[in-house]
Amino acid sequence: MAGYLILIYEDEASYASADESVLGEVFAEHTAFGEANGAALSGGNALAATGSATSIRREPSGEITVTDGPFVETKEALGGYYLIEAADLDEAIAVAKQVPARFGGVEVRPIRLFD
Amino acid sequence: MTASAPAVADAVAQAHRREWAFVLAATVRVTRDIDLAEECVQDAYARALEHWARDGVPERPGAWLTIVARRRALDLLRRNARLARSLPLLLDDVHEPGPDEAAAPAVADDRLALIFTCAHPALAEPAQVALTLRLVCGLRTAEIARAFLVSEPTMAARITRAKKKIAAARIPFRVPGADELPARIQSVLSVVQLVFTTGHTAPGGRVLVRTDLVERSLDLARMLRVLLPADAEVSGLLALILLTDARRASRTTQAGELALLADQDRSLWDREAIEEGVALVRVALRARPPGRFALMAAIAAVHAEAPSFDQTAWPEIVGLYELLGEAWPSPVVALNRAAAIGFADGPTAGLLALDALADDPALEGYRYLPAARADLLRRLGRTQEACAAYEQALALSDNDVERAFLRGRLDGLGE
Repeated sequence: MAGYLILIYEDEASYASADESVLGEVFAEHTAFGEANGAALSGGNALAATGSATSIRREPSGEITVTDGPFVETKEALGGYYLIEAADLDEAIAVAKQVPARFGGVEVRPIRLFD
Repeated sequence: MTASAPAVADAVAQAHRREWAFVLAATVRVTRDIDLAEECVQDAYARALEHWARDGVPERPGAWLTIVARRRALDLLRRNARLARSLPLLLDDVHEPGPDEAAAPAVADDRLALIFTCAHPALAEPAQVALTLRLVCGLRTAEIARAFLVSEPTMAARITRAKKKIAAARIPFRVPGADELPARIQSVLSVVQLVFTTGHTAPGGRVLVRTDLVERSLDLARMLRVLLPADAEVSGLLALILLTDARRASRTTQAGELALLADQDRSLWDREAIEEGVALVRVALRARPPGRFALMAAIAAVHAEAPSFDQTAWPEIVGLYELLGEAWPSPVVALNRAAAIGFADGPTAGLLALDALADDPALEGYRYLPAARADLLRRLGRTQEACAAYEQALALSDNDVERAFLRGRLDGLGE
């Protein structure tokens, strides 16, 4: 078995303008996903919107700058993740296909292990 | 029994062509690591040259090579336990094969698993094609680079990146389950078709046809037909390649000039390939609804069976392109349909259908759009517009044979 991180990228503006019933549906979808994939799931969280993000970089001069906003500005931003265990990429993809992401999509990344 | 050096070299070359995928796939099953398996298989082919010269060519060269490659893999794995621990696991059913298993003459056919790994949708299509040619066909990186007109370091980097992804993301070495199989077969077939089309009309260079690639695609399609005999689309693809390639000898004149379908000497067509292709089309069309490769092959079959260009069943071809457009919506299919309408209902109708596609962004820069338009305008006697369209097509083609043809048409209109 191996670990995979499923990163959920969605359009934040669509969430901001969605009404309560849509948000309720999305919440119910995530609950259903969690119940259906309990055996594979080892973690997961929703993130607050990128408006709350703070980026920290070390400049070539060695100076550390702290700035408002996400590391990279994109239309579809990282908004949540699931950490799963799967035998191989096909199994991970089968789980990732079920992740609710109506305003975007998901990315699957293998977790790297060090000896 | 000893064998002469040329006979041995020939036997090794044949075994390379015919058995590479089988030997490599069986070795990956043991190593669970593609690089290590490749190394062991290359080593086995090198040993074959020496051993077969001394002891004679074995009755089943593939089995001999597999045993030698697997034994070498097991040796390396045992000798280097640290290596074994850090091996990227391609298989989830971890098991240590015993010496008996490595030596067993009957080795499971893992070629299909190898093919599905190479054409995995998590790899970019150019990487899928490169890996298939390298791992399934046993082509060298330099050969693949030449075929796709990229430098050898670029192709080597592409292959290395793909292998790293297979290991890091754990792309499985396995035939997909029934629910995923049809979609995954389509991606395998697309790879084989891309190998064929790249060979059929080389994207650049001095010759029209890259025979080596055409023959590799035929090998791959035949291998798939053996491994997936019940799949209609596999039959469709093999039929498509046979029926299209049957015209190879007539596609260029003796002087090396391009001959269009209308001008080809049909007596040069390979009747044996056509017969085999037509029989496969019948099988492929039994699927409901017929798939994309079955329909493309059916179109090729109608051309192959027409006694002359003028006696081609054009309405049937238009109808098949319409079905194909439903099964596989694509602007290129729509373009071919428009060209067929130009023969079924005349150039005015063809031009009308073609102009409906002019603004499709997917066809921007596609050389066959202005080429098809030029031909319709030429037939309508709209010389000036035809010349402009030929110029456009010329600007978009890099193949010398195609360019010479377009230049010839353009000069013909100027007279």
